[in-house]
Amino acid sequence: MPEGIQGIVADWSSDQRAFKNVPWGKAMMWIFLLSDTFIFSCFLISYMTVRMSTTDPWPNPSEVFALTLWGKKIPLILIAIMTFILISSSGTMAMAVNFGYRKDRVKTFFLLLITAALGATFVGMQAFEWTKLIVDEGIRPWGNPLGAAQFGAAFFMITGFHGTHVSIGVIFLIIVAIKVIRGDLDHERPGFLTGRKGKYEIVEIMGLYWHFVDLVWVFIFAVFYLW
Amino acid sequence: MAAHVEGQQHPIGIYLKIWGLLFVLSTASYLVDYFHLQGYLRWFLIIAFMLLKAGLIVAVFMHMLWERLAMMYAILVPTLLLMVLLGIGALEADYTFFTRGVFFLRGLL
Repeated sequence: MPEGIQGIVADWSSDQRAFKNVPWGKAMMWIFLLSDTFIFSCFLISYMTVRMSTTDPWPNPSEVFALTLWGKKIPLILIAIMTFILISSSGTMAMAVNFGYRKDRVKTFFLLLITAALGATFVGMQAFEWTKLIVDEGIRPWGNPLGAAQFGAAFFMITGFHGTHVSIGVIFLIIVAIKVIRGDLDHERPGFLTGRKGKYEIVEIMGLYWHFVDLVWVFIFAVFYLW
Repeated sequence: MAAHVEGQQHPIGIYLKIWGLLFVLSTASYLVDYFHLQGYLRWFLIIAFMLLKAGLIVAVFMHMLWERLAMMYAILVPTLLLMVLLGIGALEADYTFFTRGVFFLRGLL
């Protein structure tokens, strides 16, 4: 197949499929992720706009998300731990995809389960964070005692939407893990609600979604927590 | 299409290396906050670490590095449109901030 610009022209003008070497489901997942990128960008850019235009002081995330550990107040530590947990889950996911293509059922299964467990831990810590902010600090979507009223709206909307993505990801990770260990993919059994044959590429498609969730967190961590 | 291999197969070592690198970059961006760096240095470091991490995840973990250009461009080029939205947002925010400043100042006089 031609490479470079000629390759692009050849791929897009070819019969049947523009994305060579890419299974249909994977191309669709990429397009879904592109649309999801736009949704998250709308949230983050609106957050930037309200933060830049408010005349009230913005609550300092470094202090709001500090935790007192061993009698010492450490800034932003909870968010840092959550970041490491999500990155680790991305690492185990990448390895699950790799072992999946090697048709190593048991390793793929356990790596998927570890990924799901790390994801669930992340959501758990987020629930803890929300509880702390709502109950202890009195932060609401329409106002808070620390400063600019927009802080709560931006925070709950952005982290809430991201947390929902993580939760959905955990559910699907468990479903894919069960399919793997049952041997559904080795025996090409069709999946639930579809007549298409089961293949190990679904592990990679699941991986794309999971890495995307991690990717979004990279941006949230930088622009919401570190600004 | 049977002649082509579908699905990505790479040595496991590359994932471990990227994983390690992501840990280092995350620690570095946390330290930016921990040591209270301010001003342009803070901004430069935060954005640089953010883009490096995002690039590594998309390129290696999501295998974009090994996809054909037709795929890369279809997914990555549309995201550049967001720069326009970012610019409009920043302009609008500056203007709103300015009018709010004028409004509140009048109330004081």
